[in-house]
Amino acid sequence: MKKKRDLIIGLALIVVLLVVLRILEVNISPQSQWAMLLTVLKKGSIYALVAVSMNLLNGFTGLFSLGQAGFMMIGAYTYAIFTIPVDQREMVYMYYDGGIIQFALPAVLGIILAGIAAALFAFLIGIPVLRLKSDYLAIATLGFAEIMKALFQWDSLGPLTNGSNMLRSYPTPASASVIYPFVVSGICIAIIVMLINSTYGRAFKAIRDDEIAAEAMGINLAHHKRIAFTVSSFFAGISGALLAMFQTNVQAKSFNSAMTYEILLIVVIGGIGSVTGSVISSFLFIACSEWLLRFLDEQHVIGDFTVPLLRSGFRKVVFSIIIMVIVLFFRQGIMGTREFSISGIIDKITGKSRKAKREGGNS
Amino acid sequence: MDWLSKNLPFLLAGISVGGQYALIAIGYTMVYGILRLINFAHGDIFMVAGLMMVYLSASLPIYISIPLVIILTVIIGFTVERVAYKPLRSAPRMSVMISAIGVSYLLQNLALYITGGLAQQYPAIPWISDQITVFGASTKRVTVITPFLTIFLVIILVLLIKKTKIGMAMRAASKDFETSQLMGIKINNVISMTFIIGSFLAAVGSLLFFSNYTGVTPTIGTMPGLKAFVAAVFGGIGSIPGAVVGAFIIGICENLVMMANQYISIDISNFKDAFAFLLLIIILFFKPTGLFGEKQTDKV
Repeated sequence: MKKKRDLIIGLALIVVLLVVLRILEVNISPQSQWAMLLTVLKKGSIYALVAVSMNLLNGFTGLFSLGQAGFMMIGAYTYAIFTIPVDQREMVYMYYDGGIIQFALPAVLGIILAGIAAALFAFLIGIPVLRLKSDYLAIATLGFAEIMKALFQWDSLGPLTNGSNMLRSYPTPASASVIYPFVVSGICIAIIVMLINSTYGRAFKAIRDDEIAAEAMGINLAHHKRIAFTVSSFFAGISGALLAMFQTNVQAKSFNSAMTYEILLIVVIGGIGSVTGSVISSFLFIACSEWLLRFLDEQHVIGDFTVPLLRSGFRKVVFSIIIMVIVLFFRQGIMGTREFSISGIIDKITGKSRKAKREGGNS
Repeated sequence: MDWLSKNLPFLLAGISVGGQYALIAIGYTMVYGILRLINFAHGDIFMVAGLMMVYLSASLPIYISIPLVIILTVIIGFTVERVAYKPLRSAPRMSVMISAIGVSYLLQNLALYITGGLAQQYPAIPWISDQITVFGASTKRVTVITPFLTIFLVIILVLLIKKTKIGMAMRAASKDFETSQLMGIKINNVISMTFIIGSFLAAVGSLLFFSNYTGVTPTIGTMPGLKAFVAAVFGGIGSIPGAVVGAFIIGICENLVMMANQYISIDISNFKDAFAFLLLIIILFFKPTGLFGEKQTDKV
């Protein structure tokens, strides 16, 4: 009964959310100051996916990996390479005679292929890297991301990756509509949540809590670590494809270590080991860094008084101070390891009201 | 002789940049040895030292601004530890590392705010920035000085750690953090001291590094910082000689890539940065704790 109720409520909320998004999209004109809201929603949903995928590794499996930006780059490139329309290729690959690939896949296939490519790379990288522990694993995955970045900019691979020039002119449904990235990210996050709640997820958590104990209980460490790493990279690749659409161009050098750190910050601010925490914090993070603090970048004059310090770049300083305060004083992040759930809230409300009713009846 | 004059600049640059990485890597390896913390902000402290030199030398003579830069860098390093890491002493390691990333983010954004994002021209320091000729290869004097200065500083540091009381305290703290506290070691002083030494060496490193690569940008600390950390892991993190050896190997190897680039028809120059990581992954595959690292055993 309860499960059915939750399912209905959940579906209803999703429909409401999509309708609200659609209404926002139709009514906000690109010139109005609310246009940034749409950008935040698009980019936030893309970052939510990559943050959840990183959380799957760092928060649920206890593998400290810093390769997320690298896998996003693989996804973004795969998507772009395979979906550029054939008649545009001559222009995009102008230094490489139109490139070697002379066909174009539809966008949906491109996204799936992006995930598969990232997962394939992750599988291969995982063979040497997953034997390492904690900080060694972190620096090795970071290193692989850097190597990938250099590889994709290599002139000899130019006919495929366009060297250090940017890829563009591919279809960009996620930049045209807010609903697209929401739906894709939502489906992917739902799959990750299902994985976390499955027997695999329980094995991941056991590995996180104590590797040796988990092994003693019969969990195949190497196998489960590999699955977590590959699955996480698969979804990082998909979010990379979405990011490619959002940005409308791809360049390897933008997927640097600073990007991985940003995603890690999102995960930690949301709470390590909380999926909903990651989602909430990625929207907050993007909103603060792109939109809400923007007024700090402009000069303000109140009467005769010019507010000091306000000029281009001040927003980012304030933003990093806010982050430091959160990190120092709210160590658990927004959600800690708890999850935000609608049914939990309903239970609380109805439980309380029932209690109140009973008390009322007694008196 | 022709071969020498063609290839010597690469070797010289490799040894010199290796020395500069070594000076940064010591800061990483000492902090890691005691706190088990990857101090992501270290590369940015290196950048801040470079930036301060740009601004101070604009108004002060060079012989005042150099010591001033070193002192200010040490103060910044000390302050960062007290403000961002000390309150998290009992927190899980992840929190401290995130705090380090936060500091790095803050320093970069502050630098961006102050410079406006433009690359600042590093001042030419008299004598060490002069052009000289070694075996027919023209280079700056700093290239030749760096390895000697690095080795000199490392010897002093090793003596400090082996012979003095604070050095003994450092060794004790890196062996066993909690027990050393029970033995009456003031752990906060020891940690502050490691940050002071690390920042001092980073400041010296930045003087040498930016005399060669003169554009200071807010994100310039990231790559040398990362490579210095790779060098520290390569040599076995926690070990000072390991960090120095690792840094020289990585510095030389990445310039060997540039040297090899002359002879082969395919352009591989953009793998210069990636090569350090490739070396690291290879060494970790065979020795999971680096060249001189102690073997870790898990106790149940």
